[in-house]
Amino acid sequence: MREVRRKAVAVTVAVCVFGLSFGVVAGESGLSVAQASAMSLLVFAGASQFAAVGIAAAGNPAAAVVTGLLLNSRLAAFGVLAAPLVVGPWWRRLLGAQLVVDEPVALALEHDDTELARSAFWFTGILLFVSWNVVTVLGAAAGDVLGDPTRLGLDAAFPAVFVAVLAPRLRDGGARRVALGGAAVALALTPVLPAGLPVLLAGAAVVLGDRRR
Amino acid sequence: MSWTAILVLAAGTYALKVAGPLLLADRPLPAAVSHLTEHLPVALLAALIVVNVAVTDEHLVLDARLAGFVAAVVAVRMRSSFLVVVVVACAATALARAL
Repeated sequence: MREVRRKAVAVTVAVCVFGLSFGVVAGESGLSVAQASAMSLLVFAGASQFAAVGIAAAGNPAAAVVTGLLLNSRLAAFGVLAAPLVVGPWWRRLLGAQLVVDEPVALALEHDDTELARSAFWFTGILLFVSWNVVTVLGAAAGDVLGDPTRLGLDAAFPAVFVAVLAPRLRDGGARRVALGGAAVALALTPVLPAGLPVLLAGAAVVLGDRRR
Repeated sequence: MSWTAILVLAAGTYALKVAGPLLLADRPLPAAVSHLTEHLPVALLAALIVVNVAVTDEHLVLDARLAGFVAAVVAVRMRSSFLVVVVVACAATALARAL
């Protein structure tokens, strides 16, 4: 259990930086502190929060929501993996479901022992949820103090976050092809379509490409 | 970002999260679906990266953000922590912009 706690804390520290930058970027993109906070409480899925805020700021809230949901489609798969971890009375399952994000599920799946896996899931999930929401508020509130975000290069935080999130998923050639394909479709469609749609269609193209094979 | 958009995203995301624990229990996801849920985020993340690095107002623009992207890739390849990746990318962009 000590090992579980150590890993959970290490992961949480990394995610806190992510959450802090989300708060700052959300503030820059015109969200109030309450809105940024509501997103972290109710959505609680980092990459989709970033993506949605960015696309909505470019003027396409519908595409923001759809892209966010497509990004979160992987959570349905995690939900299946997490099903044996989130057991008990209905209210516990409903609460546990909100914690079904990459890190708690990944750390729990390292353990074959069900009891230990459950502890890892709940401990990591709760720690992450609380920290994520605290740093979101801090980031959103600090944004005003920082001034012009481009002077500090903060506009680079956004793609850098995605690079860090994407990199561990590129282990096999199939995933790399998908990434290159997605990037190419998005770039090609950018001059001809409104903001948000190129990203969406990059996802759609991959879905179709996968079907073909 | 409107409150409506936030709430729709929240409700949809929760539906995705809760489906497994509530409905499927221990049954595995069909292979086609799990393949898709694995690849879709990869394509979307890659698309989001290039759009955020090289697009301004629906035009392709290469500027200081490119320096930040390159710095982030190098930092990730060196297995840097999340904090280092973000800080290095911001610093590289700020520097390139100041030059």
